[in-house]
Amino acid sequence: MELIAEHPVLDASCFKRGEKVEFTFDGRSMDGYEGAPIAVSLHANGIRVYRETPEMKRARGFFCAIGKCSSCFMVVDGVPNVRTCVTPLRAGMRVETQHGRGRAAITAMLSE
Amino acid sequence: MTDISTDILVVGGGPAGLSAASEAASYGARVLIVESDLQLGGQLVKQTHKFFGSRDEYAGTRGYKIADILLSEIKENEQNVKVMINTTVTGYYSEDRTFTAMSGEESYMCIRAQRAIVAAGASERLIPFPNNDLPGVYGAGAVQTLMNVYGVVPGKRVLMVGAGNIGLIVSYQLMQAGVEVAAVVEAMPKIGGYWVHAAKIRRLGVPILLRHSIKEAVGERVVEGAVIMELDDKFAPTGQELRMDCDVICMAVGLSPTTEILSQAGCRMKYVPELCGLVAERDRAMRTSNPDFWSAGDATGIEEASAAMVEGRIAGLCAADSLGLPVKMTKLDEYWTRLDHLRAGEVGSKIRAGIDKVYRDKWEVRLDG
Repeated sequence: MELIAEHPVLDASCFKRGEKVEFTFDGRSMDGYEGAPIAVSLHANGIRVYRETPEMKRARGFFCAIGKCSSCFMVVDGVPNVRTCVTPLRAGMRVETQHGRGRAAITAMLSE
Repeated sequence: MTDISTDILVVGGGPAGLSAASEAASYGARVLIVESDLQLGGQLVKQTHKFFGSRDEYAGTRGYKIADILLSEIKENEQNVKVMINTTVTGYYSEDRTFTAMSGEESYMCIRAQRAIVAAGASERLIPFPNNDLPGVYGAGAVQTLMNVYGVVPGKRVLMVGAGNIGLIVSYQLMQAGVEVAAVVEAMPKIGGYWVHAAKIRRLGVPILLRHSIKEAVGERVVEGAVIMELDDKFAPTGQELRMDCDVICMAVGLSPTTEILSQAGCRMKYVPELCGLVAERDRAMRTSNPDFWSAGDATGIEEASAAMVEGRIAGLCAADSLGLPVKMTKLDEYWTRLDHLRAGEVGSKIRAGIDKVYRDKWEVRLDG
């Protein structure tokens, strides 16, 4: 992971890092820290493209990191349009690039 | 759908919201803080530099340590303070004084509150240029989140857009994290931030290019570089351009107050350029034209965290007072002295001019009060 090794002000205990867990991005297995935002965990793995826009098929990624701009929407465990910059990573999460608007699975809606 | 009720709802758990909550709770008000991020502290948790301002507002202390101080004060009042993180207030229904909120992505709730203090902070501005949507064009706050909160390297080489305090400070923080800063570009003919912050990065050899702006971001799927351009006195391109290699373009071009909930509550709003956007009119109590609503911090106009904390105290004190709780109203004069002190002199002239446009001694017509 692309992590800061040395810092003149912050030591490793300052960084918010939970247990090391595994998750998948488009089927690839990756490491991350539980509780850190999904978008941050992907960035640590060198992933910068999180979705593709519906009309122009433009790549989109991280931007505001405070859940306000919708740039980092992804499909997480089958749920589309998840604000990955404010959604904490959990072990075994299935994170996928969102292509277009994203559709909720009918079964997911029925189980609510 | 869950139902929650509280005396005072505080929207936002940053410096203003935490100060407001502690203040109100210390007089016995039941307070609920709703924070959209995964932790409390707002932008303070990302600030590794020592603050300026005055001793009362922890000048000389690093930002993230000020967050710890505010959180310990919340803990002292914990019998009266409830906190919900990863939860966003999404709407207000005035007829039954009910707020709607979303926790995580799929769980919704109603919050009934007698009073609300809106300390929702601000959002990053973006300027138009070709490819400004490419991954790698990041807000300065986002870059700070990556490196200072989670210890993730944001990139290898960064172009900083904007030489205000945020652009200068984040440039220095990038270098502390081991990231190269290619240059800082600033469209204005002078550096907007404090000289001391500019001096720190100039000493480390980073060029600060005044009268320069970004022309376009370069890259197919992610940022691979940028073209910067020189501007003349009227901010028109001179034709001088330079292509730079970088994998991050960091935008530090200002912030806009987050005020949707105040607009929805019918608070009288005004666009004030000096305060960086649409903000609510307010009185000495930080109360808005809707008598159930107070506002504090960047949501009332973009300023420093020091002022946000004092505004929060004022809003918390006065909201508690409005509930009939026995508060020390002499505190109000003390807080205003502290605010005036922070806003004194030439650096505070813009903010003072802005506040003059939205400050009301009294309200002619109250909405329903």
